[in-house]
Amino acid sequence: MSDFIEIKNLVKRFDISGGLLEEIRFKGGIHRKKTVVHALNGVSFGIKKGETVSVVGESGCGKSTLARCVIRIYRPESGEVFYNGKRVDNLSSAAIKPWRAKMQMVFQDPYASLNPRMTVYQTLLEPIRFHFRDVSRSEADDRVAAVMKQVGVDPDWRKRYPHEFSGGQRQRISLARALAVKPEFIIADEPIAALDVSIQAQILNLFMDLQAEQGLTYLFISHDLSVVEHISNRVVVMYLGSLCEFAGTEQLYTAPKHPYTRALLSAIPQFGSEGFNHMRLPGDVPTPINLPSGCVFHGRCPHADERCRREIPAPITEADGRVVACHGVEEGRLEWL
Amino acid sequence: MKLFKKITASNLFYNFLRDPMAIGSATVLLFLLVASFGAPLFTSHNPYDQTTIDIMDAELPPIWTGAADADSRFLLGTDPQGRDMLSTMLYGMRVSVLIGAGAVVLQSLIGIIIGLIAGYKGGRLEALLMRLADVQLSFSTYMVAIFISAVFQGIFGMGVYSDYALGLLILVIGFAEWPQYARTVRASVMAEKNKEYVEAARVIGLPQRRIMFRHILPNTMTPVLVISTVQMANAIMSEAALSFIGLGMPPSQPSLGSLIKSGFDYIASGSWWISLFPGIALVVLILSINLLGDWLRDYLNPKLYKD
Amino acid sequence: MQKQEPLLSVRELSVAFKMRGGVLTAVDGVSFDLDRSQRLGLVGESGAGKSVTGFAILNLVSRPGYIAGGHVFFEGRDLATFSEEEMRNIRGNRISMIFQDPMMTLNPVLTIGQQMVETLKAHRHISKHEAEKIALNKLQKVAIPSPEKRLTQYPHEFSGGMRQRIVIAIALLTSPSLIIADEPTTALDVTIQADIMELLLNLCEEEKMALLLITHDLAVVSQVAERIAVMYAGRIAELGSTEAIVNAPQHPYTQGLLKALPQKVERRKRLNQIPGSMPSLQERPPGCAFYDRCELRGEICHRESPRLVEKNAGLVACHMVKDTTGKEEK
Ligand SMILES: Nc1ncnc2c1ncn2[C@@H]1O[C@H](COP(=O)(O)OP(=O)(O)OP(=O)(O)O)[C@@H](O)[C@H]1O
Ligand SMILES: Nc1ncnc2c1ncn2[C@@H]1O[C@H](COP(=O)(O)OP(=O)(O)OP(=O)(O)O)[C@@H](O)[C@H]1O
Ligand code: SF4
Ligand SMILES: [Mg+2]
Ligand SMILES: [Mg+2]
Repeated sequence: MSDFIEIKNLVKRFDISGGLLEEIRFKGGIHRKKTVVHALNGVSFGIKKGETVSVVGESGCGKSTLARCVIRIYRPESGEVFYNGKRVDNLSSAAIKPWRAKMQMVFQDPYASLNPRMTVYQTLLEPIRFHFRDVSRSEADDRVAAVMKQVGVDPDWRKRYPHEFSGGQRQRISLARALAVKPEFIIADEPIAALDVSIQAQILNLFMDLQAEQGLTYLFISHDLSVVEHISNRVVVMYLGSLCEFAGTEQLYTAPKHPYTRALLSAIPQFGSEGFNHMRLPGDVPTPINLPSGCVFHGRCPHADERCRREIPAPITEADGRVVACHGVEEGRLEWL
Repeated sequence: MKLFKKITASNLFYNFLRDPMAIGSATVLLFLLVASFGAPLFTSHNPYDQTTIDIMDAELPPIWTGAADADSRFLLGTDPQGRDMLSTMLYGMRVSVLIGAGAVVLQSLIGIIIGLIAGYKGGRLEALLMRLADVQLSFSTYMVAIFISAVFQGIFGMGVYSDYALGLLILVIGFAEWPQYARTVRASVMAEKNKEYVEAARVIGLPQRRIMFRHILPNTMTPVLVISTVQMANAIMSEAALSFIGLGMPPSQPSLGSLIKSGFDYIASGSWWISLFPGIALVVLILSINLLGDWLRDYLNPKLYKD
Repeated sequence: MQKQEPLLSVRELSVAFKMRGGVLTAVDGVSFDLDRSQRLGLVGESGAGKSVTGFAILNLVSRPGYIAGGHVFFEGRDLATFSEEEMRNIRGNRISMIFQDPMMTLNPVLTIGQQMVETLKAHRHISKHEAEKIALNKLQKVAIPSPEKRLTQYPHEFSGGMRQRIVIAIALLTSPSLIIADEPTTALDVTIQADIMELLLNLCEEEKMALLLITHDLAVVSQVAERIAVMYAGRIAELGSTEAIVNAPQHPYTQGLLKALPQKVERRKRLNQIPGSMPSLQERPPGCAFYDRCELRGEICHRESPRLVEKNAGLVACHMVKDTTGKEEK
């Protein structure tokens, strides 16, 4: 089966230099120096129809940037995004409209992701009216009620404003807004991070139910590794804007290969296990402003050698479909671990 | 009725009822507004109606001074043209408030649109618009107003000027102060536009104009409301100042400022009331607007504007 | 058996906030004990009153909040009877606090060294030189590399994880006997979270400090604390040893939380969710606050609020939990 969503070599940089005056440097003559954040450095992977692919990684590693490039909130510097075989990242704002209805996004902050001045009804009606011009008012009303029911919010509450709802309910409404245009693909950027533990399971169930009912495809971003293990078919591990490893959930969690994946998975808080036995990484996460040479992880990697410091490891697809970008794995010198 | 309920149930109203300063200034302001806009109902004289004015009544002192020439018809005395001070003042306050309100509406229209575009679009356009605002701000309101009024008076003569003075003052003061709005709106647009609900609107594919006006603009109105009070007070002050130097409202349709000016020449001759009463009215008006604005600012944003 | 008096004893502590629509009781009759060099975890839903409890212990509740009742005994003395002066000697000296956001503790315009020396000199009569020596020692304890150099740096020059280490070092300066840590790792990544938690655990053991660890993450708590108190809607729902809570939770809320963990069901299957959400503290129901969401609820639960009593291996506030040890008093 070919990929439903295909992400190829996405590169995204943010210029944060500010004004012209701040850019000018006088070292050895006058020249402009730009401060650039390398948020994504050539990330590629594919998502099959109906599956959930999750992205995990440390804060600032580019997960949200990736999501926003795929959904075209940001324009990537280079790279391509294909939707069902059709390249969508270079379409004009007008040409992309039909795809807007097919790809939707749910955000992290249930308090910021709904317009505080619009009622639930207005929030949900707007996308329907915009994408389905020929739907009558009463049909649209029915549709609003239907999506509200789908996400478990009483349609009688449609005249209420967001501040009258709890965090979990707001997240349901955000999901309803995404569902209103009948999408096939939903990107969820940490949709449960801001919710109570006892609410998280409700929202995750909702995501899974909707997927079962409507065959939705998810790109799911989370830093909760147990949740990711539970809901995903495949997992992307990112570090500092680069893909480290991409593999089936089972494969990845039982036998992580990339040294960073190993460290990350070993740090999952273990229920009832007394004390800690996680891999301790030396050093700090470097800033994406001055990227390290070679492998972005070499500064903290216990297996780094000369080649790692020099050469950027290319993602290599193994026989079982797992993708790993690590010299150590490629050379087979990590296998004995 | 529903609206009334909504207002009385709101936090704003609750907070208002618990702030004596707010209640006090709102009451004073309301009193002044009712008195000035209802002036034809409350006053004995219409200062615009030449036939009711008798030049023989000029410069009569207020009745309580007990002066021999005090006239019981004129509670606060009369001005140099023989108009009843109280009536003229109320009509004058109406003119002042009208100019202030008109100028604020104009300022906010220009400022909000420019601020919204600059904040949302960013980049070169933003830089250009905001530099424009800086340039505009660097000419003080008075400079602009003096220049335009003087040119207008010079070209068209005093007669035409009198006919258009009100509109002209609104335009001049409105144009001079839009950058305040543009800056405020731009700042809050920049904060709003990165919020997730705006991103959600973009993901839906809504056109930029709809995102700007339907989603972002309503969420930037709080600071606009706050500065509007200050701007209103400023506009009334600007008008008064311009009138005082003779570039504002003509004596035939006096504003508070032109009344103060017309009385100023007579202070030396002992007719203090002609300047004093409009002066007091002006101060009370400005003060009540500013106090109400302060309360609103504290209520709406306890953190942002301190210092 | 003569039991040694606990280091910290919270008795029927209540904290209320004066709000528009009436009084909001954020903490409602909370009692627990914490022995010397013991670690207690305080977990619960957002808004359950965990942070407010932490602040109330140090008498740091600010307007519109106030302590509405109860007592806090520290080393046997009622903190309510302390003057503000005496309280300052407790805060940041005998009891240190660590917050979620390190910048709440760190002053951005002072170097780390200046802040540490300042803190020490506020509580001890020592010279700057001695203070610096202690500071250096504590920085080494929290595994900050090249601490001499670090003393002269400003907070913004450190990463999030490093800042939290520095905050811990500052908390250690005065060798307190109790540390209250309010979500100390919530803002950090998992790898760094594990490092910091381990550090905190080791330091408590080495320095014989007691720890009150406030967090919403049961798994994290279970790795560090010896006992766990589960809060719900301003009250303690269950309190027991970590082992008991993790392996045999009694309160339906704790049970629900543990059952809802992804590990409890097969991959890609529906999770066991708890329906509904925590009631607003302003409209606390007359009976058990968990009633609406509870699987075990009975008729009495709706009428009467359950008290925290000893049942089986721990304390639990639930009418429906049966005591099988046969010593339940009625
Ligand atoms: N609009 C922006 N302007 C400048 N820099 C940005 C912008 N958005 C993201 N960045 C930078 O790009 C990098 C990646 O950020 P991103 O938000 O994608 O990380 P993330 O993995 O989602 O992190 P988190 O887990 O904290 O959400 C960070 O260093 C961030 O500071
Ligand atoms: N300054 C305040 N004014 C009004 N109410 C407050 C204030 N601080 C806390 N509260 C209320 O007290 C209750 C308990 O808050 P608290 O901060 O203790 O929760 P928490 O358990 O620490 O939650 P979280 O996990 O979100 O930190 C909440 O309902 C909150 O609304
Ligand atoms: S490439 Fe080298 S430095 Fe990077 S993870 Fe692999 S072994 Fe470590
Ligand atoms: Mg993110
Ligand atoms: Mg808290």
